[in-house]
Amino acid sequence: MSKKNLKVANVTLKSRLIVGTGKYKSLKETAKAVKASGADMVTVAVRRVNILDKKKPILTDYLNPKKFIFLPNTAGCFTSEDALRTLRLAREMGGWKLVKLEVLGDKKTLYPNMMETLKSTKTLVKEGFKVMVYCTDDPLLAKKLEDLGASAIMPLASPIGSGLGIQSKVNISIIIKQSKVPVIIDAGIGTASDATIAMEMGCDGVLINSAIANAKNPILMAQAFKNAVISGREAFLSGRMKKNYFAEPSSPTKGLI
Amino acid sequence: MAKIQLNGKKITIKPKITIFDLLKRFKLNNKKVAIEHNGIIIPNNIYKKKFLKDNDKVEIVHFIGGG
Repeated sequence: MSKKNLKVANVTLKSRLIVGTGKYKSLKETAKAVKASGADMVTVAVRRVNILDKKKPILTDYLNPKKFIFLPNTAGCFTSEDALRTLRLAREMGGWKLVKLEVLGDKKTLYPNMMETLKSTKTLVKEGFKVMVYCTDDPLLAKKLEDLGASAIMPLASPIGSGLGIQSKVNISIIIKQSKVPVIIDAGIGTASDATIAMEMGCDGVLINSAIANAKNPILMAQAFKNAVISGREAFLSGRMKKNYFAEPSSPTKGLI
Repeated sequence: MAKIQLNGKKITIKPKITIFDLLKRFKLNNKKVAIEHNGIIIPNNIYKKKFLKDNDKVEIVHFIGGG
């Protein structure tokens, strides 16, 4: 841990906040929120081109891939095969190898299928991809991912889009302490303070989508997250005071009248 | 004429057209897209050499908003 910028694989990020680009009311709002968040990396999904409606605006009309680092994801993939297919297409499209792997196991919880995730990570690393992996908060599996060559460990705080915040601080802390690659909280963050807590715990970054996009004022919330991540990181680097069970006066007792 | 399946939809194309021609028809030749032809990813430097035939399956994908 240091004051230095976050580095994932060979990519250096000025901001420790990574934002998703889904769920916004419009692409205009997406672009405004991304700008307000100060993030330099944004996640994107790979989908079929709408061949019947060619005049409809597309994401790249609003977010320039030359100005932001596009992190292609495999959202919606439930098998290793689908995830690999998606990321190979993404690599062909963008020419970059840094990707986010997420293999889902269940439609209701969107929990990661770790068997398929481990399998996919192994294949992707072999193919030269730099893989940031969405995973459960199980320290053993997180270690296994690191051993397989994952570029970042991205445990969920709570289910995707739930806004429940970090539910298992102990597990997340163990993962932070044992990992030599960046640990980025992916999924479940509900509001700015959740992100601050994650950063204070020593996470290297947070990835936020729903908490910004589903806020009543997403642009203001994006700014709140920007500040929250900076605050949390600075608090972590400062080294917080010890907790006491009894009070300790802040003013000197000497010279009391 | 040849019938192909493009992004899950059946369309009719002229014979002897390439992937490059197909992209041009849908005004996608200057866009950032990736192509899968019968399950195989096609690098963009060979779009002009890949001819389409009856019953081919083509997928054209791009980046959209996602978390």
